[in-house]
Amino acid sequence: MDIQTTAQIINFLAAMVLLTAFGMLVQRRIYGLIHLFAWQGLFLSVSTAIVGYAAGRHHLYISAVLTLTLKVILLPYILNVLIHKLKIRKEIETVVNVPLTMLIGIALVIFSYSLTAPVREMSTLVTRSILAIALATVMIGLLMMITRRHAVTQIIGFLAMENGLFFAATSATYGMPLVVELGLFFAATSATYGMPLVVELGVAIDILIAAFIFGIFFFHINTTFDSLDVEQMARLKEGE
Amino acid sequence: MKFLPLLMEIMQLLLLLTAAPVFAGWVKMVKCWSQGRTSPSLLQPYRDIAKLFSKDVVLAENASWIFRFTPYIVFGATLLAGGIIPILSVDLPLSATADVIALVALFAIARFFTALAGMDIGTAFGGMGSSREMMIASLAEPAMLMAVFTMSLASKSTSLSQIAYVIANSNIHTVLKPSLAFAFLAFVMIAIAETGRIPVDNPATHLELTMIHEAMILEYSGRHLALIEWAGMMKLFLFMSLGAAAFFPWGIAGAGNMAAIPVALIYLIIKFAFAGVVLVLIETGLAKMRLFRVTEFLGAAFLLATLGMLAHFILE
Repeated sequence: MDIQTTAQIINFLAAMVLLTAFGMLVQRRIYGLIHLFAWQGLFLSVSTAIVGYAAGRHHLYISAVLTLTLKVILLPYILNVLIHKLKIRKEIETVVNVPLTMLIGIALVIFSYSLTAPVREMSTLVTRSILAIALATVMIGLLMMITRRHAVTQIIGFLAMENGLFFAATSATYGMPLVVELGLFFAATSATYGMPLVVELGVAIDILIAAFIFGIFFFHINTTFDSLDVEQMARLKEGE
Repeated sequence: MKFLPLLMEIMQLLLLLTAAPVFAGWVKMVKCWSQGRTSPSLLQPYRDIAKLFSKDVVLAENASWIFRFTPYIVFGATLLAGGIIPILSVDLPLSATADVIALVALFAIARFFTALAGMDIGTAFGGMGSSREMMIASLAEPAMLMAVFTMSLASKSTSLSQIAYVIANSNIHTVLKPSLAFAFLAFVMIAIAETGRIPVDNPATHLELTMIHEAMILEYSGRHLALIEWAGMMKLFLFMSLGAAAFFPWGIAGAGNMAAIPVALIYLIIKFAFAGVVLVLIETGLAKMRLFRVTEFLGAAFLLATLGMLAHFILE
């Protein structure tokens, strides 16, 4: 594969990651949301492997396999089990209506693009343009956490955010500490050549443990409030 | 004006007039097969049109000139649109005078007059259909323009002939652009909404709660109805050929190349046969949406088209 084809495939996968992020933003059904999350993980994993191949950084293969097992198989499975046990069936309530959320999402993409434009000018990497997509994915995940009322969807938003960070760290900056310059909060973990393996393993396990803790939390919230709607938690007393 | 492009133009318009009912018949046929029914013949739409032409026109007493003129305006605008879109060859004299934005406007004129005619008679259904149609139009047209702009960014021109020519003669790197993939998805969704297919509208129903396009033309009869139905088939055909010209133009004949026309015709038949099957798969796979879900559907189309445009700037 020549470098242009590789860059094109990576760009296409980046576009798919962004598309799945938007898909999650507008998806009402919770199972559909989990499927989209799994797809996003798959695109991430494939693009990580391709970046690893193209840049000759073979530890990225391990990242790709980790992403695949964790974000495509394990986390969706855990979430599925959770939803099954908590008997969540109904459609998800959103705080802001869907078309407006989409427009905000578009604005966020434009914002991330303009924010990363100087970095793009400086960088010489083939994958430099992906940084904007990764940042947009992070922001859309954040937007999803804000616009959804349901605790489970908020968690999926959080996980989608993490996907964006991972994307930035592995695909966009495999050769340069660009992310550090951006001063984002994940800067510490994204070192020069992708994330160092130890850090990456740590992050992966963090996410896994977070998922377990969320699960336990959900059970507790559910038994206390009889619902996972976070609006319920705004009140202090029952029956107001 | 040179003789050859003119001949091409006339050939293309004749093809549009004759092939549009066949394509409508093909879609109906595949749909019948997919649902395990016996299908009418491919030529059934011709018979329907011929039957309607031989019938008398029944006009409401309070019908104004708008009602009587609309079928001709709709038919004329659609036919003119067929002169702009490169179906067989990129060498079209009319294509130089009107670009893809004018094309959107042509469809808008046809729709505007249909909506006026729907309200002209003063029946409840007509007004209801018009207001629904306008709601869909107000959402579909920005999305359509956005998709069109994304297409023209890739080929750096808004002329459809130019777009088809650039895409047909480009290498794999131009074709695999994410922006074009997004624009294509958006285009498919818009085409479904614009041509009134399931899940947005059902062309085969006269159920009062769900009909949109049919509600507007409910009062038409005879040759007026024939023209509107024919224009509807042509519109479906044109959207398919617009998609083919902008995203899959391979096999289209180059400028001044008469010898490539038969090959282009064969390619066209294959593409349309395939497009019909895809359309039927979409129609049988999905249920008709509630009217208020259409805003989300078209909002998603707008989103995809905008993402395509952003992807062009970010990734390419």
